[in-house]
Amino acid sequence: MNAGDAPDIRALQADIVIVGGGGAGLRAAIAAAEANPQLDILLLSKVYPMRSHTVAAEGGCAGVIQLHDSLDAHFDDTVSGGDWLCDQDVVDYFVHHATEENLRLEHWGCPWSRKADGSINVRAFGGMKIERTWFAADKTGFHILHTLFQTSLKYPSIRRCDEYFCTDLLLEDGACAGVQAIDMRNGTHTLIAASAVILATGGAARVYRYNTNGGIVTGDGMALAYRQGVALRDMEFVQYHPTGLPGSGILITEAARGEGGVLTNSDGYRYLQDYGLGPETPLGEACNKYMELGPRDRLSQAFWHEAKAGRALATSRGEAVNLDLRHLGEARINERLPFIRDLARTYVNVDAVHEPIPVRPTAHYTMGGIQTDRHTATALPGLFAVGECASVGLHGANRLGSNSLAELSVFGRVAGEQAAARASQGPAVDPRRLLARAQDNAAGWESLREARGGEHLATIRDEMARAMEDGAGIFRLPGQMQQTCAKIAELKGRYRELGLVDRSRVFNTEWLNAIELGNLLDVAEAMAHAALARKESRGSHQRIEDFPERDDAQFLRHSLVYRAADTPRLDWQDVVITRSQPAERHYGAAGQQESKP
Amino acid sequence: MTETVTVRVQRYRPEEDQEPWAQSFEVPYSEDLSILDALNQIKDQQDPTLSHRWSCRMAICGSCGVMINGEPRLACKTFLRDYRGKDALEVRALDNFPIERDLVSDISGFIDHLETVQPWLIRSDEQPVSAGAYRQTPEQMQRYAAFSQCINCGLCYAACPQFGRDPAFLGPAALTLAQRYNLDSRDEGASQRMNWLNAEAGVWSCTFVGYCSQVCPKDVDPAAAINQGKVASDINYAVNLFNILRGKDDA
Ligand SMILES: Cc1cc2nc3c(=O)[nH]c(=O)nc-3n(C[C@H](O)[C@H](O)[C@H](O)COP(=O)(O)OP(=O)(O)OC[C@H]3O[C@@H](n4cnc5c(N)ncnc54)[C@H](O)[C@@H]3O)c2cc1C
Ligand code: SF4
Ligand code: FES
Repeated sequence: MNAGDAPDIRALQADIVIVGGGGAGLRAAIAAAEANPQLDILLLSKVYPMRSHTVAAEGGCAGVIQLHDSLDAHFDDTVSGGDWLCDQDVVDYFVHHATEENLRLEHWGCPWSRKADGSINVRAFGGMKIERTWFAADKTGFHILHTLFQTSLKYPSIRRCDEYFCTDLLLEDGACAGVQAIDMRNGTHTLIAASAVILATGGAARVYRYNTNGGIVTGDGMALAYRQGVALRDMEFVQYHPTGLPGSGILITEAARGEGGVLTNSDGYRYLQDYGLGPETPLGEACNKYMELGPRDRLSQAFWHEAKAGRALATSRGEAVNLDLRHLGEARINERLPFIRDLARTYVNVDAVHEPIPVRPTAHYTMGGIQTDRHTATALPGLFAVGECASVGLHGANRLGSNSLAELSVFGRVAGEQAAARASQGPAVDPRRLLARAQDNAAGWESLREARGGEHLATIRDEMARAMEDGAGIFRLPGQMQQTCAKIAELKGRYRELGLVDRSRVFNTEWLNAIELGNLLDVAEAMAHAALARKESRGSHQRIEDFPERDDAQFLRHSLVYRAADTPRLDWQDVVITRSQPAERHYGAAGQQESKP
Repeated sequence: MTETVTVRVQRYRPEEDQEPWAQSFEVPYSEDLSILDALNQIKDQQDPTLSHRWSCRMAICGSCGVMINGEPRLACKTFLRDYRGKDALEVRALDNFPIERDLVSDISGFIDHLETVQPWLIRSDEQPVSAGAYRQTPEQMQRYAAFSQCINCGLCYAACPQFGRDPAFLGPAALTLAQRYNLDSRDEGASQRMNWLNAEAGVWSCTFVGYCSQVCPKDVDPAAAINQGKVASDINYAVNLFNILRGKDDA
């Protein structure tokens, strides 16, 4: 290409394009291939699929399997865990299909941990009344992802574009008609025409400074949809995981507590009993919904209060509390939590068999995302979204651990089938009709690659991450929230003055990081504004100073954020309530009282 | 004054450089700093043109394999403290793979090999999901457990002299993956996979150096998998011969 010419575009065609090779994208691809083997399915990902962040999930994947458990119980735990902001029809569909999908993974080879007799074993997990978390030691996501990736290789109709970075959605006649991506090996702008597009791009916790997410988890799909006028829903709800390693934010799975680990403050005291989660349970006997197995939002909030009261430990990596596993003994730790032992040893130099692991809350999971209906369809015809990038209505104001891995399979399958149905009917899209738009887009990305402004990428990124922690963190305080909104607006302005150094087209990660930063800023904006608009406290969204109570009269509604010129536009959507009326969330002894007839 | 460490990083930009070359950076020393952290600091603060792959920073996604002082390692699981007091700390792209740019190797050949070995559960009678889970005891799982821990980082390929000589060699991780399914009590595909194991690029190419197992960051022990594959392939060969001698042509 010569200066001034329209950028070269490579044009491809498929029936279905799936953006994202994590658990959700792979499950969708397999479902589409099974629904109609004639369809040409293209799976595109900015990393090789097995690098996707699903790989890092440790603890487990929900699905009712024990005789004394029931779908109703799973439904109740999910809805109350989500502080009644879950769409109950969606939760019903989910609990009905989770076990089936776990079994399907088993049939595809997933090495779920077993009991001595060879049947499936389940473990306790926070907020779940009865054990229903399937696990593969403490590498559940790793095994699910590799099983799905390897199984996907069976289907000749699934083609892959590995290390392609999706930059745009392409529209025609008001419908999504394909995507545009950069081939990272050589910088080629590539358009892929398709009558159905599935976004499965994962979460966005990289907008925060301390987080459990991989470097690639930058909210790209959310930003892609947002820019086309699709609403982002419930974006104010971001889950802090109570047990990350201080400094890096690397996750120590909740399964460590499910197996009987306890949290203590600098006095060696199990402080959770002071936060409505008691009474204290015996050491090593984890008890569902009590103490360490309370829901994540409560545990993270308790840490915040302990730290404020000066009862956190000061470590060289910042404030922390202790996660003590010593009483479990070496054999159990090695059997159930081998990866945790390895992580603690490697990253904080602690052997969990002999010493407690220092932990602190870190940003972990985005409950909200691209608004979809219960069939994973967005408001833009032809565009589907699934997995952590989507808001299908399952998690409400707080996700229960192990529901999200199950979500990938349950709704990944739905997305694949829905996209297959659309692609089987519709006429193929002619890529030539998308060319002019793709060239315009490419010209924009080319000018970013050549950007010569005075602003520094890493500085903007770090300032954003700090601002989000200050104003959209565990507790959202009045003045700070406004400051964060203002800061994000300022950073968006400065982003336009970015200066990049790397002019290469070959694996130019500076350029790609700059595109990711643009996406992160859009997502941060949506989160901060949704948080400001929700004038109540619910689930992970806590405004202890100005609106400390839940306000069902006004806010038993999903927030919707639409992109607009200056500040985003807010709207609201009713929650689907079928059979569980909002009640108070009780854990510990209070929860026991309440569940008695 | 804060202590610093000199990190020599291999650079190669195909549009400008004929050959890879080394560039030195000073990085402030800290006990916790991984080589990956150091590379990210260099990229953020000193030279944004440095390219390397990474994501999870917790040794599970398999992205960040590089040569560190000549040894294949995960950058996120190797620390500055391990090289304190050594003369040099040198980071290069993985051996035995073509370089795309700087520390980024072209691993597509390795991924193709993984895909070759039919790494999925093969059964003659696919049970419906409604029939429930296949039974598999912890002991049965133990037989293949280690071989299922592979994160596809490619370090063993960088360590493998045979793969260095002949990129068509399926190599440690792909052969281990075949073995992972062959040993799974739920699988019945071993005879199909035997075609690959027996082929010229299969187990018999391995000259049993064993360095692959030493460098594996996940204790997968690919050398053991290949060795077991050789035994299986031997038995398969003997059975085939026996059947041929008996005049059975379905051997
Ligand atoms: C450390 C950790 C532990 C967890 N543990 C659990 C657990 O125990 N139980 C549980 O239920 N949940 C857990 N979760 C949550 C759960 O793992 C995630 O929500 C889920 O794996 C997300 O899957 P996904 O398929 O939506 O996205 P991901 O696995 O993140 O995949 C996203 C995909 O999209 C691709 N992509 C993104 N942007 C682009 C772009 N611009 N162009 C091209 N491709 C792109 C990526 O390459 C990747 O392939 C955990 C999360 C973390 C971070
Ligand atoms: S066998 Fe070990 S070294 Fe080889 S790719 Fe797998 S994890 Fe990496
Ligand atoms: S960054 Fe994932 S393995 Fe090192």
